[in-house]
Amino acid sequence: MKVEAIDQLICLGIESTADNLGVGIASSDGTILANEASTYIPEEGGIHPREAARHHAAEIGNVLTAALRKAGIEAREIDFIAFSQGPGLGPCLRTGATAARALAAFLGVPLVGVNHCVAHIEIGRLATGAKDPLTLYVSGGNTIVSGFEAGRYRIFGETLDIAVGNCLDTFAREAGLPYPGGPAVEKLALEGETLISLPYIVKGMDLSFSGLLTAATQELRSGRWRLEDICFSLQEVSYAMLGEVTERALAHTKKGELLLTGGVAANKRLRSVIDSIAEEHGATPKFVPHGYATDNGAMIAWTGVLAYGSGVRTPIDSSYIDSRWRLDEVGVTWRS
Amino acid sequence: MEKLRLIAKGAEADLWLDPEWNGRRVLIKRRGEKRYRHPDLDRAIRRSRTIHEADIIHRAKGAGVPTPVLYQVDPSGATIIMQYVEGDKVRDIVSSLGNDERAELFRLIGVQAGRLHRSGIIHGDMTTSNMIRSEGTVVFVDFGLGELSSEAEKRGVDLHLMRRMLTSTHLEHADELFSAFEEGYRAVMVSDAEEALSRMREIERRGRYVERENRVDGHG
Repeated sequence: MKVEAIDQLICLGIESTADNLGVGIASSDGTILANEASTYIPEEGGIHPREAARHHAAEIGNVLTAALRKAGIEAREIDFIAFSQGPGLGPCLRTGATAARALAAFLGVPLVGVNHCVAHIEIGRLATGAKDPLTLYVSGGNTIVSGFEAGRYRIFGETLDIAVGNCLDTFAREAGLPYPGGPAVEKLALEGETLISLPYIVKGMDLSFSGLLTAATQELRSGRWRLEDICFSLQEVSYAMLGEVTERALAHTKKGELLLTGGVAANKRLRSVIDSIAEEHGATPKFVPHGYATDNGAMIAWTGVLAYGSGVRTPIDSSYIDSRWRLDEVGVTWRS
Repeated sequence: MEKLRLIAKGAEADLWLDPEWNGRRVLIKRRGEKRYRHPDLDRAIRRSRTIHEADIIHRAKGAGVPTPVLYQVDPSGATIIMQYVEGDKVRDIVSSLGNDERAELFRLIGVQAGRLHRSGIIHGDMTTSNMIRSEGTVVFVDFGLGELSSEAEKRGVDLHLMRRMLTSTHLEHADELFSAFEEGYRAVMVSDAEEALSRMREIERRGRYVERENRVDGHG
């Protein structure tokens, strides 16, 4: 796409927000050179932050090496390092940040702190070609409807408690379904027929999934229903909730594109909801491709490229992680 | 001859104006089907929202706030037929009023917001396009996002939406209008006013609701 043959800058990005450790390498023309990962799988229960951090610390060397090999570059060719600075699980974030600082210091290159939620939107835009979408970002840790307005990704609606992915994963675990839980629920839901009444909670533009999880778990324990029907109902209710808030935000902002991003973006039923809403409002549906849907290093590297290009640098002494860093606190300088 | 016509198509509902429904000029609000929802779920949601909205419109009257007269509520058809309120949207007349008249109008709006809150009603979408000046009073319309609550947080959000709308739509007079509004609100809410107003200020600082570039802190 480049008209002039200028040297591309190369950014290595480290993602370590939760259970995924990712290292991505992006060049400033928007090429993803590498996107390697290692996932912590809990022996039982949910993600234990300290255990996950230990996994990341043990694996970072391997994943870095794999990414460099994949990109076919030497470490000294890297122009700057980006890392996920938040939001996320403290111990996991700190592990990635420590590796990023060490690498930046060793190579003598600048450091760029990246907001994890912004990165999900930016990789979605890059990978789908969406220019100015309304975005539904759904994962195990976040549920956010946002759109760009006046220099920031504004939040039009979000979860007030747990993320939709967390709701599905936790339910799957309660039901003894194999890891990862979301796809297991989706598969069983295909066999579901009966819609069980579950709490549908939309408060204005915000959502709540904790009551839905509790109710679904109670129905499970009651033994009154087929597991397929509970999975089916859980999906139907939670995706209808997401659909309602997304539709309202789309009608309000009148954006021409509707982007679905984050780990839950792979779900076919949710995609059909997005398709239907986009069609109704004359918007183009955009779905982040598989490799960039779950937490990944490429999205951090690419957002690092964007931020760096607009002058963002993160000196070591302000490179503290912020596990509650909100999407709408970030000045999106590269789009302003 | 005026005919039935669609006057607004929202994400939540469509609004129709019927000039002669049983001899009356009415607004027909219908919550349409959503194809993305399971049909049973869709029916249940549209049904309960319809009942809920009618209930809140009715309760507001009891609180002393003029709202449209309800003629027919059809839960299974997700339709409410109500009075078409004649008059001017407050949004459209603000700039044409004199200073005193403007202050008086917003004091009254503040009084009515206070009456809603005092009676446990949150409007949910308090904008000047949802207020109609009619026959010497102000009629509040569109309770589609309304809810029953006496939480300070909810009241704070309601007030914040009002203030944000003033700064975005009526910037020139925003401060003056809000202080008139606040005066009316305080007159009704008395000792409960401060909690809601300080919650509103806290929400602004928290930056949850847009206008975030004005924040003093933050990462930006």
